[in-house]
Amino acid sequence: MNSLVLALVGVGMILAGYFLYSKYLANRIYALDDSRTAPSEQFEDGVDYVPTNKYVLWGHHFTSVAGAAPIVGPAVAVIWGWLPAFLWVTLGTVFFAGMHDMGALWASVRNRGQSIGALSGRYIGARGRNLFLVVIFLLLLMVNAAFAVVIAGLLIATPTAVIPTWGALVVAFLIGQAIYRYKWNLPLVSVVGVVALYALIVVGDNVPLALPETVLGLPDNAFWIIVLFVYAGIASMLPVWMLLQPRDYINGLQLFIALGILYGSVLIARPEIVAPAYNQNVPDGTPGIMPLLFVTIACGAISGFHGMVSSGTSSKQLAKESDARFVGYFGAVGEGLLALGAIIATTAGFKTLADWENVYQAFNDGGVSAFVEGGGAIIEAGLGLPQSLSATIMATTAILFAATTMDTGVRLQRFVVQEIGDIAGVTLRKNLATIIAVGVGLALTFGAGADGSGGMLIWPLFGTTNQLMAALTLSIIAIMLLRRGRTPLPALIPLVFVGAVTVYALFVQLGTFYEESNWLLLIMDIVILIAALWVIVEAFAAMRTARAYDGDDDAELAQEAVDAAASTRSQD
Amino acid sequence: MQDSDQPRSRLSQVAAGLRDFYSGPYRRTFARAQQDEDDLFLVIVMAEALGVPNPVSYYTVELLPVVYDQFHDWHRRMGLDRSPLDHFSCC
Repeated sequence: MNSLVLALVGVGMILAGYFLYSKYLANRIYALDDSRTAPSEQFEDGVDYVPTNKYVLWGHHFTSVAGAAPIVGPAVAVIWGWLPAFLWVTLGTVFFAGMHDMGALWASVRNRGQSIGALSGRYIGARGRNLFLVVIFLLLLMVNAAFAVVIAGLLIATPTAVIPTWGALVVAFLIGQAIYRYKWNLPLVSVVGVVALYALIVVGDNVPLALPETVLGLPDNAFWIIVLFVYAGIASMLPVWMLLQPRDYINGLQLFIALGILYGSVLIARPEIVAPAYNQNVPDGTPGIMPLLFVTIACGAISGFHGMVSSGTSSKQLAKESDARFVGYFGAVGEGLLALGAIIATTAGFKTLADWENVYQAFNDGGVSAFVEGGGAIIEAGLGLPQSLSATIMATTAILFAATTMDTGVRLQRFVVQEIGDIAGVTLRKNLATIIAVGVGLALTFGAGADGSGGMLIWPLFGTTNQLMAALTLSIIAIMLLRRGRTPLPALIPLVFVGAVTVYALFVQLGTFYEESNWLLLIMDIVILIAALWVIVEAFAAMRTARAYDGDDDAELAQEAVDAAASTRSQD
Repeated sequence: MQDSDQPRSRLSQVAAGLRDFYSGPYRRTFARAQQDEDDLFLVIVMAEALGVPNPVSYYTVELLPVVYDQFHDWHRRMGLDRSPLDHFSCC
């Protein structure tokens, strides 16, 4: 099979989903209605609620949701062959992720731009809300720990990426200064920033930096993980304009360029896929494809994290309801294309099947390093860049995605820690809260493996937690549809599927962690399992009530919105 | 004439889009920082009225009319339902 065929079929399926299925969802299921005043307009405050151009909003939404996950997941999952991963990514994007992300936007827009947490309180009850807090805490914890391990692994596997990775911080810092202190023209600074970033990649390619095997008595992997957490802690405390804002911005631009480079190279080079369509010769110790495939590829097929972004910030900026189709569904399309790119890179980027099998010797062995190697080979063949330079571009791209998510993750975890402190009646200062956030992340990373290398074990557990979040969002969408007397099937079918594979995967992992005597992950698994079963019971109870509901949900919500707007005005 | 205007306006649209893309995600953070700064400024201006000796009250008193409009929002933000000052009533 030629990778170009796979790319064309995949892109075709995903785009068909956008042009056909999302249209059906918009008209028949969600009944998007531009005559309703969007919360961004009704509560416009220039801060949270700001009507935003849909293309700009799509850019925000896409860069917020696209982290390392759509790369890591497929890059690990192709161990079962390219076909299962391909089908789950394409069908998942069309029928699961797109409807979920667009639905989260719709649910939030109809509810004054409230977040999924608040909506779960409204539609599933107070317990649903508590559940949401537990899941979000665990999700952030795992994001930080797993991403630190991913980045550390890449820095060791690709020493040429060390200079561009840390140099990107300097570029971001200078961009921040240029824009805020010297008021330079933004488009000009953007071009200079992107050029500087690529110049650093060229420098890094010529000057690889590899750590010795042990640094200060620690394995190199553990040393990088600690450095990354210390950096993320410091970055999260600096004023955002200095580092995080310009860094997110320049990485956002780099994301679009990197995707263009990868797909452009596939178009030119058209490499053959060497991996089997369905791998029957999986290495020893590889878990069963069912259900692990569906939790290994979380982002890129369906991700609860997207629902948080959709309902947390994007819904408050949606200029009109019909934009939900472009921002929500097409946001999922972007993520699906990234995941598809990762599948192509990890299956077509090797010369022979033996080469591929050599990389995929054990479950989790392939991962991002296979993406870097395979993607690098495709770029080399497509654009004619030297192999090591191509690999450096891929590695830097993957690292920058993971790093910006980790920066934000540590920052969000600090807020969560401070909130928990508030509930307990203790005021935690910024520094202490950051130390706690970094501390729990490090504890999880090293708790999963003595040198931090075992942190990738968390990955399937991250997937299950993420799917659980998605199930929570889907159940809210199903309840809202039931209350409107519309068919809940587009939400209910993914909900039942995702719920079933999540619980199944949790039981499978429970056995694995018990056999490995991995008590930390075992306890986390049990907590998530209880949360998963809980959400299922609560959601179905709420759905039964929703079926019997004979009021007009939209009219009630509209009245609430009018009251809320009136009280906001009277406060002014 | 129209032809030369069009690309320019397209460019400025792109520049505006980039600006939005740059500042959007952090809009809230900056608004909060701005408010903290404004609150601090108000405390300094109102120091004398609140009974805190202020060595530069000669200058700050001149600013009282400027901050008067913001006073009501400020005391509510500080958790005071009514104006804490007898002679400075806004509500």
